[in-house]
Amino acid sequence: MEGVGILTIIGIVVTASIRSATPLIFASLGGNFSERSGVFNIGLEGIMTVGAFSAVFFSYKTGSPWAGLLGAMVVGGLFGLLLAFMSIYFKANQVIVGTAINILAASLTTFLLVEIWGRPGQTDNVEYFKAVGPFNLFTYLAFVMVIVSYYVMYKTPFGLRVRAVGEHPRAADTLGVNVYVIRYICVMISGVLAGIGGASLSIGSMSLFKEGMIAGKGFIALAALIFGKWNPIGAALACLFFGFAVALETVATNLPVPREFLYALPYIMTMFAVSGFVGRAVGPAAGGIPYEKGEK
Amino acid sequence: MESGINEFKEGLLNTLKEIAYPLVAILISVIAGGILVYSFGSDPIIAYTAMIKGSLGDWNKTGETLVTVTPLILTGLSIAFAFKCNLFNIGVEGQFIIGSITAVWAGWAFAGLPAILHLPLTLLAGTVAGGIWASVIGWLKAKVGSHEVINGIMMNYIAMYTSNFLVRTVLNVPGKAYSIEIADTAKLWRFSQAFEQFNHSRLHIGIILSLIVALIAYYILNKTVRGYEIRAVGFNPHAAEYGGISVRKNIILAMIVSGLFAGLAGSIMATGVQYRVNNLFGFTGYGLDGIAVSLVGNNHPIGIILSAFLFGVLQKGGPLMQIQGIPKEVVGIIQGIIILFVAANFVKVVMENIKLNKDLKRTAVKEEVE
Repeated sequence: MEGVGILTIIGIVVTASIRSATPLIFASLGGNFSERSGVFNIGLEGIMTVGAFSAVFFSYKTGSPWAGLLGAMVVGGLFGLLLAFMSIYFKANQVIVGTAINILAASLTTFLLVEIWGRPGQTDNVEYFKAVGPFNLFTYLAFVMVIVSYYVMYKTPFGLRVRAVGEHPRAADTLGVNVYVIRYICVMISGVLAGIGGASLSIGSMSLFKEGMIAGKGFIALAALIFGKWNPIGAALACLFFGFAVALETVATNLPVPREFLYALPYIMTMFAVSGFVGRAVGPAAGGIPYEKGEK
Repeated sequence: MESGINEFKEGLLNTLKEIAYPLVAILISVIAGGILVYSFGSDPIIAYTAMIKGSLGDWNKTGETLVTVTPLILTGLSIAFAFKCNLFNIGVEGQFIIGSITAVWAGWAFAGLPAILHLPLTLLAGTVAGGIWASVIGWLKAKVGSHEVINGIMMNYIAMYTSNFLVRTVLNVPGKAYSIEIADTAKLWRFSQAFEQFNHSRLHIGIILSLIVALIAYYILNKTVRGYEIRAVGFNPHAAEYGGISVRKNIILAMIVSGLFAGLAGSIMATGVQYRVNNLFGFTGYGLDGIAVSLVGNNHPIGIILSAFLFGVLQKGGPLMQIQGIPKEVVGIIQGIIILFVAANFVKVVMENIKLNKDLKRTAVKEEVE
């Protein structure tokens, strides 16, 4: 018993950590694009919800999980566009718009669930991405996206512009960078990625959409982004660590700490990080501030 | 004299505009909700009639609506108070949860005290706990400059898990997913004890309490030096600092007061409605709805009372719509759209753009003529 124990348990914990980190990685990469360009995206949670729902809806209608994935990306992108339009054109408070998106997403998906499947709770089972090896498609894609995001953000002219716009929009504008266009693109990318994150739950880990299935994962992704210091690789590592906290709870029955403490751990650590107690995490300087052309 | 009248007229016009903008936004949202209902084959008139009947149809239904309105007024005030200091207290949800659980603890731990002591003590305990929980956010903002929105969101979750931990351990009813019940001496007086019209409603004295608190909030903000300082810091921290007002002190103070309101909201829900706390799987929503309430109420106490009432009607009207075969989630959708429109200052921006376009055209025409 003890002989097989330790290695098997480690194996289970590691795979479980990576599985629970998958949706978080997509959403926090999305958050990274948006926040790096200077737009707070509190709506990640809601966009993941509509992504998860759309994935199931399109897979149900076509019988193909690929169509589900595409649907989740498009709908996620549209919700990103909504956030961008409200915070760039109307200069609305980004935190409030994000909150509205979260409220809207929860109600809209439940409303459509009842109207389409005729009952509250959950949808029928649909075609989904089955596991290839230890993980499903989404997990592999997540790690690819981490590399791609890092490359785009730090090795391409576009990435440089994004960071400039988030740090000092006026200077970027003076150099001929279109602040508004960059922000629109980034917030939409963030919607697409959060949409995939939602899909990775509904047509990856599961094969259906359940009310409340996102359950705060959008906010954990946000926490991971901050804990990872607004950097794609840091964010992904933070997601893995937060996934580990969840995995630990599922395998260990006799923990020395209450399970609620493990649940709360990501949030506590993020507060420490953002307050500078464990290596200061400082966000983009122009984060959350609407940009006004020609203003001094 | 003449200028005085003009000033008055202008002030009146501005006030009217301030009221008209959110009203038009609400109207547009209600129409949008109607279109959604209609597009899924239901009658919007039936839906909205059911909503009004379900929330204000008789004394009991009105009573239940007011039960919802009570915490919304307080969480709305909480958000508004912090907002006056240019702080976004998104942590109001966590402060509400901590207020609730602390009130339940006090309502149970001090059983045996006479009601005249026990009830105020219970409310006070929950209120102060909310203030302390919020003070952490304020302190971090003032001392190390970490963003209150990030810390607020994090502390909401920490509050939820803290509450769940207490419900599972110290305050547990064995085998149940809810806490012990508070003693009778810690319960708020209910209207059903004196008026039989409210026999089937849980309407309690908390609604009066929340109206009084709204007045107090107005007084503190607008009639005291402290309130002036808080508003000054919110308006322009650099100018305030230059004028000898401590920015840090006022940031912490504004967060604490905001947390007190949220904690009171939680205590009132515990002592007036539920008498216990359930194991939470997600947020109660009173805190987040407070954001919508203060936004639509334009951060003004009277506006907040009215918009809390509006959101109460929306929420309590849902179940009867459900019975009519229309998913009650329509309510959440309308609520979301209202927030979007009001936050975007939609009506104002669109009207200004129309005016700007007209002006541009006029100048263009003039130039052509010349």
